[in-house]
Amino acid sequence: MTANVTDEDVTRVAELAHLKLTAEESGAMLHDLNAILDYVAQLNELDTKDIAPLAQVSELHGTMGALRTDTLAGSLERAEVMAQAPETDGAFFKVPKVIER
Amino acid sequence: MSAESYVEMPKSLKELQEGVRSGSVKATHLAENYFERIAAVNPNLNVYLSLTRERALQQAAKVDDAASKGEPLGPLAGIPVGIKDVLVAKGAPATAGSKILKGYQPPYDATAVKRLEAAGAVILGKLNCDEFAMGSSNENSAYGPVRNPVDTDRVPGGSSGGSAAAVAANLAVATLGTDTGGSIRQPASFCGVVGVLPTYGRVSRFGLIAFASSLDRIGPFAGNVRDAATMLGVIAGHDPCDATSSEAPVPDFAVESDKPADGLRIGVPEEYFAEGLDPEVRASIEKGIDALRVAGCSIKKISLPTTRYAIPTYYLVATAEASANLARFDGVRYGHRSSESTTLADMYSHSRDEGFGAEVKRRIMLGTYALSAGYYDAYYLKAQQVRRLLAEEFLRAFAEVDAIVTPTSPTPAFRLGEKANDPLAMYLADIYTVTASLAGICGVTVPCGATSTGLPVGMQVLATHMSESTAFCVARAVEAAKI
Repeated sequence: MTANVTDEDVTRVAELAHLKLTAEESGAMLHDLNAILDYVAQLNELDTKDIAPLAQVSELHGTMGALRTDTLAGSLERAEVMAQAPETDGAFFKVPKVIER
Repeated sequence: MSAESYVEMPKSLKELQEGVRSGSVKATHLAENYFERIAAVNPNLNVYLSLTRERALQQAAKVDDAASKGEPLGPLAGIPVGIKDVLVAKGAPATAGSKILKGYQPPYDATAVKRLEAAGAVILGKLNCDEFAMGSSNENSAYGPVRNPVDTDRVPGGSSGGSAAAVAANLAVATLGTDTGGSIRQPASFCGVVGVLPTYGRVSRFGLIAFASSLDRIGPFAGNVRDAATMLGVIAGHDPCDATSSEAPVPDFAVESDKPADGLRIGVPEEYFAEGLDPEVRASIEKGIDALRVAGCSIKKISLPTTRYAIPTYYLVATAEASANLARFDGVRYGHRSSESTTLADMYSHSRDEGFGAEVKRRIMLGTYALSAGYYDAYYLKAQQVRRLLAEEFLRAFAEVDAIVTPTSPTPAFRLGEKANDPLAMYLADIYTVTASLAGICGVTVPCGATSTGLPVGMQVLATHMSESTAFCVARAVEAAKI
């Protein structure tokens, strides 16, 4: 299987990923994605029809703790958290307008 | 610029701890000495991104005070350590090697950082790494590459290049790094130090800036195996703040590592000694295997045929998870916000484009593509299925052997710039390490000789889930042989 990522795919995936790529970046990305996807296509040599996917390995050792009970507890100080925001009124994160008229 | 060497092995924890306990070594003096060496050497190696001087000297004074009063001291009392800059520590900037987090001051401590300090460790600062831990050479850091203390024309490996180089150049006695596909083991082997990949779940990931959550692990670097085992004992154990952290009891790894390797069954997988392995690396590893035989281990040839599918599996799983984890960097709550935009959607994409480097963008794009409608089954689901095959193959092997030994990396440290423009060639630097990452098993890389030009070679010792003690015993036997 040869990967066949197109310019349109790169544009679509960049939109999904909220990345604004320059023309130069898009060209390099088209080349790299095709090369990498060609390489990963070798997975198709393996028959995995009846294999359950493994998303996470904890089931293999079986010592993951039970989920904790849902109890009220303290959290970070609002002022400390808000101090990291690019723009805030102290209570809320401020962002540019959502809808362009 | 000609290549220079800055190699200087730290004193052992045992020696330093005896000094701190007896009062012959003052933790404050020790910390000051390290800050002086960092000031002298760091400009040449670019290991530390920031120093936590005030926090370190406060902690050191506390240790000296407790020592002078004869109060009980923790297992790391007064020991200067460094932290990879993907772990958060209150009061120090956390960059993850990225411009997008420039200026970010996290308001809390990672669990591993908290536990180090509770054991008496003195945190010197934050260590350089590839951006968001994505890379195998440390050349992807937005703050410039780290140079290998063995040979400054060469890379220290990655992504925890700063953590490995700091120990090799004695800019910390021990450090913390993270390993998603080899990011502790490969740089440890390139710099000639010990690095530990704990079992997935052994160490809490709370406070780790996530790359691929089902693969990310925090582990120690040290100048010898026993010290690395002590470090792991301090940071391991269940944490209610990480739902995947294990409730398995934590043995005294340092004491466990003292046990002889005599009688252990060692597997040598043929797939790790095939085409692409540097002949000098092979010769060193074969000497290490001979040393294990002399130490009373039985050596058994084994086969792990799914190994060749590990890199493609890894790059699908890791990038898919990364594309989701890195969605949080959007210029709203912390980090870089572009001044270019007038709408919210524009602000997101401009901020991310300005903040992320090329490799991070490449991986976000690959992961987003692999998860997108119409491609999910062919790429992400397929990779998860192969991941199970790889894990089950290891579990079958561990029914017959106690540990598996391999080269940590197919080559010694390569030159700066050598692979920087070829993402696939760079990905193949992880060919011997991604397998254990996918299977969730543990491992230790231990120095095992050097090439004719003096570049360190590392042997990777793998053991099954929660069997770090076995890996430490085997690594101790290789270390004792002084290859």
